[in-house]
Amino acid sequence: MKPRYSLKYCLTMIVVTIFICSFQIVFASTPENSEEALGRKLARQAVKGSKRWSTIDHTKVTVLNKDFTSGEQITQACISCHSEAATQFHKTIHWTWLASGDKSDIRYGKAGYSVNNFCISGNAMEDKGCLKCHTSWNKKGVKGDVNCLKCHNSSGFNFIEAFGDIKAFSEDGDPDTDEMVKDIQQEIKEAVTKVNFPTRKNCGECHFKGGGGDGVKHGDLDTSLTKPNRMLDVHMGTDGKNFSCTRCHTTTDHHIAGRIYTNPAVETRKSLIEDDLAPKITCVSCHSSEPHKNDSKMNDHTDVVSCQACHIPEYARVNPTKMWWDWTKAGKMKDGKPYVEKGPFGKPVYKSIKGEFRWEKNVVPEYFWSNGSQTSTTINDVIDPAQIVKVSHPVGDKNDPEARIFPFKIHRGKQPYDKIHKKLLAPLLSGKNGYWTTFDMNDAIEHGNKTLGIPYSGEFDYVETSYAFPITHMVAPKENALNCTQCHIRENSRLANITGLYMPGRDKSNLFDTIGWISVLGALAGVLLHGIGRFFTRNGKED
Amino acid sequence: MENIKTIKIYLYTRYERLWHWLQALMIICLIVTGLEIHGTYKLFGFQTAVNIHNFVGLSWLILFAFFVFWLLTTGEWKQYIPTTKKLFSVVLFYAWGIFQGKPHPIQKTKGAKHNPLQRLAYLGISAMLLPVQMITGLLYYLYNDIPQIVPLPVLAVMHTLIAFFLLNFLVIHLYMTTTGHSLFSHIAGMITGWEEIYETTEIADWETQATKK
Repeated sequence: MKPRYSLKYCLTMIVVTIFICSFQIVFASTPENSEEALGRKLARQAVKGSKRWSTIDHTKVTVLNKDFTSGEQITQACISCHSEAATQFHKTIHWTWLASGDKSDIRYGKAGYSVNNFCISGNAMEDKGCLKCHTSWNKKGVKGDVNCLKCHNSSGFNFIEAFGDIKAFSEDGDPDTDEMVKDIQQEIKEAVTKVNFPTRKNCGECHFKGGGGDGVKHGDLDTSLTKPNRMLDVHMGTDGKNFSCTRCHTTTDHHIAGRIYTNPAVETRKSLIEDDLAPKITCVSCHSSEPHKNDSKMNDHTDVVSCQACHIPEYARVNPTKMWWDWTKAGKMKDGKPYVEKGPFGKPVYKSIKGEFRWEKNVVPEYFWSNGSQTSTTINDVIDPAQIVKVSHPVGDKNDPEARIFPFKIHRGKQPYDKIHKKLLAPLLSGKNGYWTTFDMNDAIEHGNKTLGIPYSGEFDYVETSYAFPITHMVAPKENALNCTQCHIRENSRLANITGLYMPGRDKSNLFDTIGWISVLGALAGVLLHGIGRFFTRNGKED
Repeated sequence: MENIKTIKIYLYTRYERLWHWLQALMIICLIVTGLEIHGTYKLFGFQTAVNIHNFVGLSWLILFAFFVFWLLTTGEWKQYIPTTKKLFSVVLFYAWGIFQGKPHPIQKTKGAKHNPLQRLAYLGISAMLLPVQMITGLLYYLYNDIPQIVPLPVLAVMHTLIAFFLLNFLVIHLYMTTTGHSLFSHIAGMITGWEEIYETTEIADWETQATKK
């Protein structure tokens, strides 16, 4: 009898061992380097041969080899060859600062009715302080010529300042300064030939410093991206792919792909395989919609979760970003003078001209359903001051096929609104009538609203507002992407406020869970009581 | 009570026992990983738990297919035909008689391995809970690949609720194994295949130890 049993046990053990060992197949198939993920393979192909070649050497161009005395002369020189450049550029939002191609529609745009909760309004380009970032010469705005060098020059030379100096020197009539003018003109001549496709530095000059300083606005765009490493951004990292902005923000007729106010960057996500002329603006363009390794559960997420949600675990990972701006605190003086108070990260936490700020680093995004569109509350829209006014907020829900769960930076603050008309207000900030000179908010609003032609009742108060920025840059290396349990967890899930779907680990039915546990604990209690009963009655047996 | 002499009969074939213990292993594995995925505790880590759960869940389907094949080909399905005959006396035994040392009203035989209460319980599990659990599990697993007829929350809640019922069964089942002639005699029976019964039970010759091959 013994040998037979041992044979049986051996057989059983073998079967069980095989079963348990086959677990290893599950895990052996998931190691990092066993095969390359489809999305990675496709993206590598899509960006192959990234070296651009050119038939022009601008140092040999005769129209550039002369002494310029104004920026406009440079523009004319550019246009003498690139005949359509200015015409094209005049139609783009980078020039008009209006979202719509139709000039009469001034609803959305810095030059229109759009406001934010930073410096609030561009006051129809009447706030000359904003024009530092306009692609024109000096402060002429759309009335002047296009400053091509703003985006197409790598010298970093300050042309506007140089021409200002030349103008001042030539007007002062002092022959001693002639030499200096010549020197400056020589510098200009050298700098002007350094023509290039826009670099991260060119775009960053405005887009990294929007809102009045480095990292103020976006959270995922600041000067740390001028020379990032791949830990900060896998695409732009100088030790990695070293992408320029235009590698993804592809361009047609000077129109640069990207979201414009309420309009999404693209209506539908398409890979280059589906449409080889599609802009490379979405992740899907190069990585496809099923980018992870075969059979990866991650690929089942891409119809609901954006790539950014997991692959940008935090934003502002190198430089801090502004999270709060309270205009109600503006205007305090020290010894009768405006002052600045610095706080953590060496960033200002108070400025008399602007109010109180809060800065944060390594910020965990807030997540919302987003189809790429955003709402935008303009200066002409009626608000409810009893609520936090969402000046900009993502659009979308579970039932929208284009919507994904997307990460956002939400910048919150307090800004003035019209108590009678129930509309946000557009105080003028720079200039002699601006708040930064007068410190009279009522007067600044008076002047500011006039620039936009929006009536002001004369009574203002402050309302709390929020402004949403999609987080899409600073994509981390894949090993730094989120873990399952940063979302699939009962407590403190990153997606705690996302509705419309069931997430295992995060969600449960309280009713059915209770029924379930009662049935299990009831059974346990039952058998325990029964067992105790048997123990004390000794199963009715006498010794 | 006087000691009634017990004898052993060969009740569970090799395949039956293998199936039973593999099933036990899988159910426990699925409950443990399933509850982790449900968010009840942290053990293997969510991703590992999902991988194990998927693997064991799919293996389960294979095992269950073999079980159904075995049931049909051997006619063992008849063991699960429900009956109310003597059901009440079995209930009464567990509720009362067992404390008085009364003998179990039903003795296991080759033709009737399960008492009426077991038949009802096993039929309910094999024909109701397990199929629904397998279907909801498979639909959950394939949710992104097939038309989403049943919404995920419904699938998930059903799958979880049945898991609780199976855990409930597991608790009672484990306890019931201790109600044999000795605490471990039923478990021993399921391991060796030889189950202890009273000598007085009428059994065919071939069923006894003496005739075993």
